[in-house]
This record gives sequence, C-alpha cells and structure tokens, in this order.
Amino acid sequence: MIEVREDWCKGCNLCIERCPIDALEESDVLNRRGIRPPRLKKENECNYCRLCELICPDLAITVISDDPDEEEKKPVKKTLLTPVGGKIK
Amino acid sequence: MVEIKTADELNKKFLREGMWPTIFCNGCGHGVVLEYTFWALEELGLDMDKVIFASGIGCSSRLPGYINADGLHTTHGRAIAFATGIKAADPDFHIIVFTGDGDCAGIGGNHFIHAARRNIDMTVIMINNFIYGMTGGQLAPTAPLGSVATTAPYGNIEHPFDICDLACALGANYVARWGVSHPYQPIKSIKEGLQKKGFSLLEFLAPCPTAYGRRNKLGDIKKHWAWYDDNTILIEDYEKIMTYGSEEEKEQVKDKIQLGVFQDIQKPGFFESYEKLVDRLKEKEAKTKEGKK
Ligand SMILES: Cc1ncc(C[n+]2csc(CCOP(=O)(O)OP(=O)(O)O)c2C)c(N)n1
Ligand code: SF4
Ligand code: SF4
Ligand code: SF4
Ligand SMILES: [Mg+2]
Repeated sequence: MIEVREDWCKGCNLCIERCPIDALEESDVLNRRGIRPPRLKKENECNYCRLCELICPDLAITVISDDPDEEEKKPVKKTLLTPVGGKIK
Repeated sequence: MVEIKTADELNKKFLREGMWPTIFCNGCGHGVVLEYTFWALEELGLDMDKVIFASGIGCSSRLPGYINADGLHTTHGRAIAFATGIKAADPDFHIIVFTGDGDCAGIGGNHFIHAARRNIDMTVIMINNFIYGMTGGQLAPTAPLGSVATTAPYGNIEHPFDICDLACALGANYVARWGVSHPYQPIKSIKEGLQKKGFSLLEFLAPCPTAYGRRNKLGDIKKHWAWYDDNTILIEDYEKIMTYGSEEEKEQVKDKIQLGVFQDIQKPGFFESYEKLVDRLKEKEAKTKEGKK
C-alpha cells in the first residue's frame, strides 16, 4: 500500500517514472494545486522497494507493506537498481 | 526509543509540519537531501536535542526551517562561522550545516576553507545545483563550463570549482559527493560523515529545474534528473576504467562527474586537540602551584 499526502505532492511524477516495475500511475483526483497525485495501479505489483518514498522531493509518499510477515521485520530498503548511471527502466 | 518504520512516522518525528509543504519548486532536489539526512539521523539514533542545524541564505539554506530541531538561519555564506561558534560554546552538540554552492563555495568560500583546514567538528552538507537558485539563476562558481545563467547568457567560460578536491587538499576528515536519485549510498555516507570527528563534507548534486535546468535546455523534470545519472560515475568505476579500459571507454567517462567517498581519514578534530591543550595547561598550572607550596 502507498499513502500519499496529497496536498504535499507537487506533481513531479518522479515516483511514477522511477518505480522500477512501473507500479504507479497518476490518480484521477486533483489536489488543491490542480495536480494528480500518484496511486498504485489496479493490479498492484508493488514490491515495497520504497524507492518512490525515498526520492519523493516533497516527502509525500509512505510505503506500507501489505505482507503481514513483512510488518514484523524492518522494511527492506534494498532496490534492484544499479547505483549510478545507466537507465532505470 | 521507538524504532521508526515508515516515512510517515519519520516525518512526524523530524518535520516541522506547519512549515510544510516546502517553498521548493516542483522537482527540486533539495527535499530529497533532507529526507536522506532524516534517515541517517534516525538510523544513528542521535538525540535530536543534541543536534543543531545551521544554514546561510539560498533555497538550500531554507532546509533547517523545515526540521523539528534547533537551527540557525544565518547570513549569506556565514553558516560555517556560526556553526563553529555553536561548537565552541558546547562541543557536545552535533552540528549540521546545510548550505548551497553559492553560499559555501562562492561568498562563504573562505569560511569553508579555514573550517576544513582547522578540521572543525561539523558536518557540512553542500547542495550543489550549479546555480544561485533563490535569486533567479546567477552563475555559481561550481557551474560546469558552458552553463547558461542570467550572468552568463553566452555560456560559462570559467572553470568550475571542485569543492570536494579542495576539501581533500585541506585535509578534511571525510569528503564525499553524491547525487539524489539513488538513496542508499548517500544515506550511509551521511551516517559516516555524522559519526566522524573533525570536518566532514558531503556534496550533493541536486537538480534545480527552475533556475538551471530550464535555462540549460536540460528538458523536463524527468530528463533533468536523468542528466545526473548519465553524467556521473562512481569513483571506483572511474578509476577501473581509467586504468584498464579501452581508449573508447576512457573517452566516454573522462568528463563525467565522479561520485563516492573521496577521503576518509582520522586526524584529530579541532575540539579534540583543543581539549588536550586545555588539559595540558591545567596540569602544568597544577604542577607550578605544587612547586610553590
Ligand atoms: C551578503 C549577501 N549577498 C547577496 C545576497 C543575495 N543572495 C541570496 S541567496 C543567493 C545565492 C544562493 O545560492 P546558493 O547558495 O547556491 O543557494 P541555492 O538557492 O542555489 O540553493 C544570493 C546571492 C544576500 N542575501 N546576501
Ligand atoms: S515524487 Fe512526490 S511530489 Fe513527485 S509526483 Fe510523486 S508523490 Fe508527488
Ligand atoms: S515501493 Fe517501489 S515498487 Fe512500490 S510503488 Fe514505490 S517504487 Fe514502485
Ligand atoms: S529555484 Fe532551483 S533550487 Fe530553488 S527551489 Fe526552485 S528548483 Fe530548487
Ligand atoms: Mg545553488
């Protein structure tokens, strides 16, 4: 699950573009800035890598794992991305 | 202490929420550096009553205002001087300076030089966006050759300042440069910087879509952020390619900006040496008094 502080989102769409598995999309609601904050796509494929949360420049996203076992552990802060350079998708 | 698990909890602990959302433009890299700093602080478990932030003037220098901790928003370029004062008053405090490239490498350059040389105990986080963002895009001393700015309408012909090179030459204890789009190395690096005694510098290359990207035709936010991925290279990779790579590979990477930890040494910090000096003098004084008896 991802939670978005809708009023904090400025609509840079970096979360959507940089999600390694393309799990996010623009939602169909406008916030008070006239921006469509992100949401998970219907077929939820999020792997809780938390990249979107960590690179959101406005700290608007919180990723919460739906997996009950996961809750017990500290969220895994590992992505499959290469450190620098190269293409993301 | 409750262990923080989600970003929402992290925000509740570290943000001065009334100040939020930030004044930063859409796609500005400054907020990301703030978040990485929060995770580093949280992972270290530092007592926030013992952490003080200082900053000068600029978009980057607004960061302490968003943090639920004591902070000093000082005059342009002078954050490091104020920070030295705080540390002198109470060396128990952790001092974190948020500063911009204009603030730190431009107007505040000499404060920076001497704080690094004296190895004053503080962590300086310089956010380099290659431009004076807040005042509308004047040329910064860090801007790559050819950069367009309001004060360089035909392209920059001045050689850019490599602030990490400078800090290394001055013997700072910890020197690193990172981008904002890959979280884990920078968070770890901020932690290392915070734990260091003496002077540590963390330079962040942060996109400024409004004042730099737009003028330099770096495209929309997505493309502007991608520019940093395409034009940076980890120092380890750079060195490997420069030693073992083919001419073609060398040509490809030679102009890229290097990222990574450039210096990690353990010279005594200023206040450690100062404490020793005071102890030595006290001992000497006690001895002379004894002698007089
Ligand atoms: C003594 C003084 N000179 C000039 C200014 C105008 N001024 C305000 S912010 C700024 C540049 C800040 O650039 P930088 O530190 O790179 O911060 P950024 O906005 O890019 O994050 C300048 C020149 C000032 N406030 N005080
Ligand atoms: S990264 Fe943050 S600010 Fe940008 S679109 Fe996503 S939620 Fe909004
Ligand atoms: S946590 Fe990772 S996989 Fe899930 S939406 Fe965010 S970036 Fe995509
Ligand atoms: S002008 Fe540049 S540095 Fe300042 S808030 Fe806007 S994008 Fe960020
Ligand atoms: Mg700047």
